[in-house]
Amino acid sequence: MATADDQFYREYILDHYKNPRNYGRLEHPDISHEEDNPLCGDVVGMDFRVSDGVIEDIRFHGRGCAISQASASLLTERLKGLPLEEAKKINKDDVLGELGIEISPARIKCALLSLKVLKVGAYGLADEDEE
Amino acid sequence: MAIQTLDVATIRKDFPIFETGIAYLDSANTSQRPRQVTGAMLEYFEKFNSNIHRAAYRIAEEATVRYEATREKVRAFINAASTKEIVYVRGTTEAINLVAYSWGRKNIKQGDLIVLTILDHHSNIVPWQILAAEKGAQIEYVDIDEKGELRQDQLADLLKRGPKLVAFNLVSNAMGTINPAREMVAAAKKAGATVLVDGAQSTPHQPVDVRALGCDFYAFSGHKMLGPTGAGILYGRRELLEAMDPFMAGGDMIKTVRIEGTTYHDLPWKFEAGTQAIAEVIGLGAAVDYLSGLGMDAVRAHELEITEYAYESLSDIDGLTLYGPPPSRRAGVISFALEGIHPHDLATIADRDQVCLRAGHHCAMPLMTRLGIPATARASFYVYTQKDEIDRLVTSIKEAQRIFA
Repeated sequence: MATADDQFYREYILDHYKNPRNYGRLEHPDISHEEDNPLCGDVVGMDFRVSDGVIEDIRFHGRGCAISQASASLLTERLKGLPLEEAKKINKDDVLGELGIEISPARIKCALLSLKVLKVGAYGLADEDEE
Repeated sequence: MAIQTLDVATIRKDFPIFETGIAYLDSANTSQRPRQVTGAMLEYFEKFNSNIHRAAYRIAEEATVRYEATREKVRAFINAASTKEIVYVRGTTEAINLVAYSWGRKNIKQGDLIVLTILDHHSNIVPWQILAAEKGAQIEYVDIDEKGELRQDQLADLLKRGPKLVAFNLVSNAMGTINPAREMVAAAKKAGATVLVDGAQSTPHQPVDVRALGCDFYAFSGHKMLGPTGAGILYGRRELLEAMDPFMAGGDMIKTVRIEGTTYHDLPWKFEAGTQAIAEVIGLGAAVDYLSGLGMDAVRAHELEITEYAYESLSDIDGLTLYGPPPSRRAGVISFALEGIHPHDLATIADRDQVCLRAGHHCAMPLMTRLGIPATARASFYVYTQKDEIDRLVTSIKEAQRIFA
C-alpha cells in the first residue's frame, strides 16, 4: 500500500506543498483574486502583476490540502512570464496533466481551485479594461 | 439485569459489505445495513409491492400493514405515548423543516428569540435562519467551553430572555459531545420555550425515551441506525401536532376535498402527503427490530469500549489533536487533526488502505469557525466496529505522517 501512496503523493507534489513556489503577496497587484472551497476549507488566492499583457510577476497564498496547494504552486510556475491571453487558454486537462496523478472525483475541486482563481481573476481584469 | 455485550463477530456476518475488506469508520455519516433490513425491503418489492392506504386487494393490505407496523416499533423504541405522534419523514432534515414550517410559521413572531447551539448541524440551523429572516425573529447560539461541552451558564442566561424555541442536538455529529439533554429540556420548558431535540446522532447509539426527555419534538434519520436512506421520524407531542397545519399538501393527507375547502386527515397522516417511501419505512422497521434485539444499553456499552480504545490509540500519536470531551462524555465519534496534514490528504491515504474516514466540516461550519479550523478528520463507530479497524486507522495515520514528513 505504501508504494501506491507514494505514487499518489509524488515527490514533487509533496515538494510543492512543503516548499511552495511564488508564495506570498504582491504589493499593488494588477489582479488579485481569491477563491475557496467551503466543502474542505481550501483557500487559494493569487496576485498578478501584468505589464504589456504579460504576467510579469505572480504570487499565491492560501491554505488547504496538498493537492490544492501544490496545484497552485505548479500553476504559478507556468504562469510567470506568460501573456495573459495565453494564460486564459489554460484548461482543466493542462492543470491535471501537470499534477500527473490520478485525481478521484472527490478531490477534483481541490486540484482545480487554482485554475478557478486564474480564470475569474484574468477575465475580471479584461472586464475592467473594457470599461 | 446485567448489560449484555455485543457479539461483534456474529453481528458482522449480517453485513455483507464487510466481505469487501473495508474498515468502515463513517457510521455517523451513514451506517451500514444488515441483511435483515435489505431483506425486508426486498421482500416487499418481490412479494407485495403495491401502494398503501388505497387499494382493496390483498398485497396492498399486506404492504399497508407492514408499513404501519414500523410506527408501533418506533413508538416503543423511543417510548412515545402514541403512534399518532410518530410521523414518517425522509430524515432529520425534513423533520426539522416540517417543524420550522408548520409550527414555526404559526408560532414565531417578530422579535421572538430562538436559541440554538454552536454544536448544531446545518439542518438544525438553516431552517431556523430562514424562519427568523421571514418573521424578524432573532437567533442566539449557546457556545462551547474548552472541553467542547455546551456552556450551560450561557443557556441559563438566554433562557431568562424567554425564548420561544430552544433547539439542539442530543449528540454532536462533529465532536461526539453528549449534551445533558434532560436538564437542558427541563430548563427550557420551565422558561416557557418549545423544545426540539435533534436526535440524529443519539437515536442510533443509546437508549432514547422521549417522554422522560420531555421535549416537544424529536427528530431522527433511519439511515444512521442500520435502516435505508429516505426514511426518518419526527416525533411530536400530540397537542402540538394537532394544532399544526400540514407541511406538504396533496394525496393521502386529506379526509375530504371539496371545491369550497378541504379537511385534513388525522394524525399522523396529516403530515404524510403523496406516495410514501414504503420499502424504506419497512426497512426502518426491520432496523428497529435489529437494534431492539441487540439492546440499546449493549450498543452504548460496546461503542464506549471502542471509543475508549480509539481515544487512547489516537492520543499516543505525536502531532495529533483530538477535539471534544473524554470518551465517557461522548458518543462513538472522534474528530481530530494532524499537524501539517490536511484531513482530506489523510482520508485519501486511508482510502488506499480501504479505511473509510470522513474529512470535512461535517455540516457544522459554525463549529469549525468557532474552533478556528477549516475541517477535521472524523472516525465514528457502531455496533459492527471492531478494534482491528481502529488499528488500521492508526496504521494509515502513521503512513500519512511518513509520507508528509
